[in-house]
Amino acid sequence: MGADGKRFEPRVVGFLCNWCSYTGADLAGTSRIKSAPNLRIIRVMCTGRVDPSFILRAFQLGADGVLVAGCHPGDCHYQEGNFKALRRVLLLKRILREFGIDERRLRLEWISASEAQKFATASTEFTEELRALGPLQLETSVIAGHQEVAQEVRL
Amino acid sequence: MSRPRLALYWAASCGGCEIAVLDIEEKILDVAAFFDIVFWPCAMDFKYKDVEAMPDGSIDVCLFNGAIRTSENESMAQLLRKKSKVLVAFGSCAMDGCIPGLANLTTREDIFHWVYRESPSTMNTEDVQPTPHFTVPEGELEIPEFFATLRTLAQVVPVDYFIPGCPPQPPQILSVISAIMQGAALPPAGAVLGAGEKTCCDECGRVRNEKRLKRFYRPWEIEPKVEECLLDQGIICMGPATRSGCGALCVKANMPCRGCYGPAPNVMDQGVKMVSALSSVIDAEDPSEINGILDQIADPVGTLYRFSVANSVFHRKQVPAT
Repeated sequence: MGADGKRFEPRVVGFLCNWCSYTGADLAGTSRIKSAPNLRIIRVMCTGRVDPSFILRAFQLGADGVLVAGCHPGDCHYQEGNFKALRRVLLLKRILREFGIDERRLRLEWISASEAQKFATASTEFTEELRALGPLQLETSVIAGHQEVAQEVRL
Repeated sequence: MSRPRLALYWAASCGGCEIAVLDIEEKILDVAAFFDIVFWPCAMDFKYKDVEAMPDGSIDVCLFNGAIRTSENESMAQLLRKKSKVLVAFGSCAMDGCIPGLANLTTREDIFHWVYRESPSTMNTEDVQPTPHFTVPEGELEIPEFFATLRTLAQVVPVDYFIPGCPPQPPQILSVISAIMQGAALPPAGAVLGAGEKTCCDECGRVRNEKRLKRFYRPWEIEPKVEECLLDQGIICMGPATRSGCGALCVKANMPCRGCYGPAPNVMDQGVKMVSALSSVIDAEDPSEINGILDQIADPVGTLYRFSVANSVFHRKQVPAT
């Protein structure tokens, strides 16, 4: 419960690869599997396309958590993009930790095109985990510009 | 016609930027002849009240080095902004926070605790701590407040131009000053001057190959080959994420680039750009093996953000509200 009596709804940004995880999310939808509605999905061609600055940008603009989801190891449409994503996420988690940000706010999942249930479970679990962690309140007040941008995209 | 008026100021800095200005050698005499130097505390005897007495906008160019650490730095930034037509963030501290910005990875309380209590060279039996206001029989004394977060100049006042580097390289300083002296047209607001538009790698003459790294080395752990890319050899070199302009000085001396020229053009966060670069060259696909290799990076934020913590996306370590 927040101060205003409303339940805290985390804002979650998900970078989903076109070939597996986005299709898996699509299947979850057409299969009418219920999952938390907090995830804002951005379709990318491959998790290897997710530059770590995209993830930082999401946090900067007000995301409480970022999900990166792609093909299972060995299944990448582009051979090894998902391994690149894995290395990036593991290193970025260390950076987040040193900046005092809970590394659980960044999550990597392998979800194939047929794993609709896995997508729904991951999305819901991540949302609940972020709800327990509470809002990510960055001390960006030193730069007024960032705050203005953040308010613009606030849903 | 009266001479253009030039001011130079240092805030939270080491003084290296001032030395870099003098490192333009005998050309400094031309600068002194061309400009009317109206404020330069490091080299000439001016007082703050002299600046306060100047009409607003009466300084043509102010080269401001150093970050904003204390309330004194902040009020001088505001004062010089008001008095200057063109305010330049000069050097890495003013532009990106530089080494003083690494203090943003801790808190003011921890800094004071270390400096005034814990550090081995401290003898402070009366446990004296900095107090902005202190009353003595003669009246009240005031010292500047030490802010909790170090800021860059542009995070405090609007800045017209940026000159990167720790310190900016003298030939680059000279090229900017000469351009002013020759009456060159002003570049667009917010431009980065005295630097290139590519990465440090562009200026590096070493041979690059396909990188596949199983381990990282700190510079003292191996003797690097002089003709081969340092990152290829497992030494973390910030070249791929760093703006060109220095002439790849460090790599020419067989030392890795540490990133003092700040993020490359169009890069919003230097450290995380390097995260991307390093992740591409690690030769492992198993999480535990990857983590084993990452463990060899002794101080990830201190290495990848050595000069840019204060100007990074997060600015500082996030401290839970109490």
